[in-house]
Amino acid sequence: MRDAGALDPATLDADVIVVGAGPAGSCAAIVLARAGKRVVLIERGPFPGSKNMYGGVVYPRILDQLIPNWWLEAPVQRWVTRRSTMIMTDDKALTVDFRCEAWGKPPHNGATAFRPDFDAWLADKAVVAGARLICSTTVTGLLHNEAGAVSGVTTDRPDGDLTAAVVIACDGVNSFLAKQEGLYGEFDAANYTLGVKETLALPKETIDERFGVRGTDGVDIEIVGCTGGVNGGGFIYTNLDTIAVGLVLKLPKLAAQKQRPEELIATMKRHPAIAPLVEGAELKEYSAHLIPEAGISMLPTLSGNGMLLAGDAAALCLAAGIWLEGVNFAMASGMYAGEAVVEALRAQDVTVSGLAGYQRRLEATFVLKDHRKLKRAPELVLSDRVQHLYPEFVTSVAERMFRVDNPAPKPGVRRIIAQERKRVGIRRRDLAADGVAGLRSFG
Amino acid sequence: MGREVWPDIAFQDRIDSATFRVHHQAHIVVDSAICGDCSTRECIVACPANLFVPTSDGGILFNYEQCFECGTCYMVCNREGAISWDYPEGGFGVVYKRT
Repeated sequence: MRDAGALDPATLDADVIVVGAGPAGSCAAIVLARAGKRVVLIERGPFPGSKNMYGGVVYPRILDQLIPNWWLEAPVQRWVTRRSTMIMTDDKALTVDFRCEAWGKPPHNGATAFRPDFDAWLADKAVVAGARLICSTTVTGLLHNEAGAVSGVTTDRPDGDLTAAVVIACDGVNSFLAKQEGLYGEFDAANYTLGVKETLALPKETIDERFGVRGTDGVDIEIVGCTGGVNGGGFIYTNLDTIAVGLVLKLPKLAAQKQRPEELIATMKRHPAIAPLVEGAELKEYSAHLIPEAGISMLPTLSGNGMLLAGDAAALCLAAGIWLEGVNFAMASGMYAGEAVVEALRAQDVTVSGLAGYQRRLEATFVLKDHRKLKRAPELVLSDRVQHLYPEFVTSVAERMFRVDNPAPKPGVRRIIAQERKRVGIRRRDLAADGVAGLRSFG
Repeated sequence: MGREVWPDIAFQDRIDSATFRVHHQAHIVVDSAICGDCSTRECIVACPANLFVPTSDGGILFNYEQCFECGTCYMVCNREGAISWDYPEGGFGVVYKRT
C-alpha cells in the first residue's frame, strides 16, 4: 500500500501521466481530464499520429460513449459499405463480397482514415477536455518511489522528469515501459507481424469506378494466399483519392526466406485480380509498423503498482482473419484505464489492487471477451494449412465447378472436393480438425 | 500475361516517399563484430526500410536515418547484443503525413 502522502497532489507534477497520444492514450486522457484530473499526455512524435500507421480501417463504435455523433467530425476518408474476402493462388481468386448500404449512413460501422489525421483529432479532444499535451518528447523510462511503485517518467527533455500518482503506458507495440516494468515475458518474434503499406494516389472517379462505390462509400478487401511463402495476409482499402495496398507478414517466416516485404507487395500487385485495381496508381507514402498478432496468448500483465498498460502496449489487437481490429481495442482499453484510475484516485489506492477496476472492465466488455472467444483464431488463420494449402484447394474446387468440360458431363461437387483435397495433399482429419477449430473460434 | 504490366517502384523512391526528420545521433546501433559471425542475418531480408546491407568483407553496413521505427530488426535478430534499439529523440525520426 502506498501511504496517502505519496498521492498528495501538491508534491506531484500531475495526477496521471499518459505516455503516447495514440487512440489508447488520448481516450484515457479524455476520461481523466473530464473527471477533473491533472493529466499530462506525452507524445514522442511532432504531433499525435505522426508515428502511427495501420492497414486503414477503424471501427469507432466505442466512441459513442466519449464523443456523441463522432461521425459528424471525425476525419475519415470513406465509410466502408463493401467488405470482400479474397482467397487467391498465383492465377486464381475466389472472393466473398458483402455490401451494406446502411453502413454509409449514421451511425455507420467502419471507416477508412489516416492515423495522423484521426489520432491528432482524438488527441485534440483530450486537450479540449483539459489534458496537457506535450509533443516531441520521448519518455525514456519509469520513476519509482521508495515502495517500488511507479511514480513518474523520465524524458529526453532537459530536467524532463515528471512525477504522477499513476502512469498509463500507451507507448505502442514495442512498449519499452512495459518491458522495463517486467510486465511482459520475453518478446517472442512469433507473436508479431510486420505490416507494410503503400498509399497510392488515384483520381476519386477512378477509385469509384474500379471498386464499384460512390460518394464517400468505401471498400475493404482482405486477402489470403497473397504472401508467397510467408504466413500473413494482404489488404486493399479505399481512401477518398488514394488506396492503401499492403501486407501483414509473420516475422519468423519473413526472416527465414528470401523475398523482401516490398517485393512481396509487388508480386501481389501483379496478380490478375489485383493489377486492374492498382494499375497506374502513384506512390504517395510507404510505411511500416509491427502488429501484436497473437491475441490472448501474448497478453502481458496489464497493471503494476502505479501503472496500467493500454492499446498496442498491452498487445490488445485482434487479428482474427475476418476481424482485423486494433484502434477500437486501443480506444476502449484507454477509456477503461482512465475510468479505473479515476476510481483508484478517489479511493487513494493506486496499487495493483486499487487499479483492479481496469482488468474488471476489460473482462466485462468486448476487449477481453472477444480475445477469449477468438483465442484460437490467430493461430488458425496464420497456420500453414490455411495459408498455403487451403487457397489452392478452394480455388481449384471453384475452378472445376465453373469449368465447362463438354463433352464430359459435370462431375458432382462432392467428387470434386474429394479429388482436389487429395491432389493438394490435405488430410481429411486435418481438414476436420481445422473445421472444428474454426467453428469453436468463430461460431 | 498481367505479370509485367508496369515496373515496380525503385526502392529509393519508395523510401523517399516517407518523411524522416533525421537526428544527428543514431537511435539504433549495430555491433558489426557480432554480425560478422552471423550466418542467418534475418535483418537483411526483414527490415522494411532495407537499412541492413551486407558488405563484401562479410560485415553489415547499417544506416539509421530512414527508419520506420517498427522494431522488426531487433525482434528477428538471433544474436544477443547485436542490435541496440531505442526510439529517436523526441520530434525526430519518421513523420507520417497528414492529409
